[in-house]
Amino acid sequence: MQREKSEAAKVSMNVNGKQVSGSVEPRTLLVNFIRDDLGLTGTHVGCDTGHCGACTVMMNGKTVKSCMVLAVQARGAEILTVEGLAQGDKLHPIQEAFWKNHGLQCGFCTPGLLMSGLYLLRRNPDPTDKEIRRSIEGNLCRCTGYVNVVKSVRAAANSMRKGGEGGA
Amino acid sequence: MTPKSFDYYAPASLDEAIRLLGENDEAKVIAGGQSLLPMMKLRLAAPTALVDITKLPDLSYVREEGDHLAIGALTTHDAVEHNRTVKERFAAIDDAVVRIGDQQVRNLGTIGGSACHADPAADLPTALLVSDAQFVIRGRGGQRVVPAREFFVDVFATAVGHDEILTEIRMAYAPPRSASAYVKHSLREADFGIAMVGAAVTVGDGNVCKDVRISLGSAGPTPLRATSSEQHLKGKVVDDENVAKAAELAVEGADPPSDVHGSREYRLEMIKALTRRSLKLALGRVK
Repeated sequence: MQREKSEAAKVSMNVNGKQVSGSVEPRTLLVNFIRDDLGLTGTHVGCDTGHCGACTVMMNGKTVKSCMVLAVQARGAEILTVEGLAQGDKLHPIQEAFWKNHGLQCGFCTPGLLMSGLYLLRRNPDPTDKEIRRSIEGNLCRCTGYVNVVKSVRAAANSMRKGGEGGA
Repeated sequence: MTPKSFDYYAPASLDEAIRLLGENDEAKVIAGGQSLLPMMKLRLAAPTALVDITKLPDLSYVREEGDHLAIGALTTHDAVEHNRTVKERFAAIDDAVVRIGDQQVRNLGTIGGSACHADPAADLPTALLVSDAQFVIRGRGGQRVVPAREFFVDVFATAVGHDEILTEIRMAYAPPRSASAYVKHSLREADFGIAMVGAAVTVGDGNVCKDVRISLGSAGPTPLRATSSEQHLKGKVVDDENVAKAAELAVEGADPPSDVHGSREYRLEMIKALTRRSLKLALGRVK
């Protein structure tokens, strides 16, 4: 059994393909470990109450709100954040699609929306608009009105069906 | 926001988890954490220890077991949603899980966690009550099975004792010509319900109602059975008139709160409307 007193807990996990570790209080949220300990500030804290989805990352291939997960619960997990999407200078097809289709304005919600969109497309390569809208229920955007977000996910679907995650 | 400090335990076995709970009066079990962590961040809950059961093996499954379906307590809402047997045989549960929170919450939140949290405005308790679920609870002395009508005790309170853990939820397959449904009224899709109703019916010859269960959510401290409606329908033809009468009777015994989401009067009217809708939906699904 792993037992941790409230002061310090060792955590290690794989983030964007790299093995990382650190020492955190058990109450440390995954998003704080990612941002403050790892310096990966692409994952945003919006509401910090589990509503807005700006902090969405993938944990073991599933989208989660990293403000609603403890860092200690992510031990041994594989985490994907927005920083892990592009390959060098080449944007991931979902990033490319958001860029080309004006799927963002201020961009604060975008890291989370990219994760939710990608999660949908990995499970459902040819979603309907209704399915796209349902998949981003947990991601609030106060700029776009979602129309171009849906358009972007649809464009990413087309691109990924042709060229996979490497892009068309 | 950061929760108050706590000790963290990740036991390797159920027995160890149960022992830890027994030793820590202020300990809480954490599974998906999608209700508990937000409460801890707001300091509405401040357990001094968390017993994380998500690392326990063999508590995440959906199994067909002869006369019933067995769902492991750690099965996520997403896994329940994508289970074919649930979709085909337990439509009320399927209706409920697709309305829970959002994808991220459904990826982590568990059926056992939602049942044990027992929020009167949550989706699953009302759907589990109408499905006549049985709850398998493990404690130091072994396990016991509690029916849904005894499981939900009060707001955020269930039959699960402090040093006990819910391990499995069982639901018996309904006889032929049965179907169920769950409907919820909320302002936005992913919101908690202002009113929710579950209905499960079995129809016999001549379209006569052989059996019926109706459950109400957000209508009191726990999900409730609308017994007057059930009594009215049983043995009668399930036509528009009898369904409408049953819907009118659904508010007997209901005691919904008045709050920022809706007044008591509004909720009572919605309970009637949703009872009619859920019965019609369930009846339309009878094959």
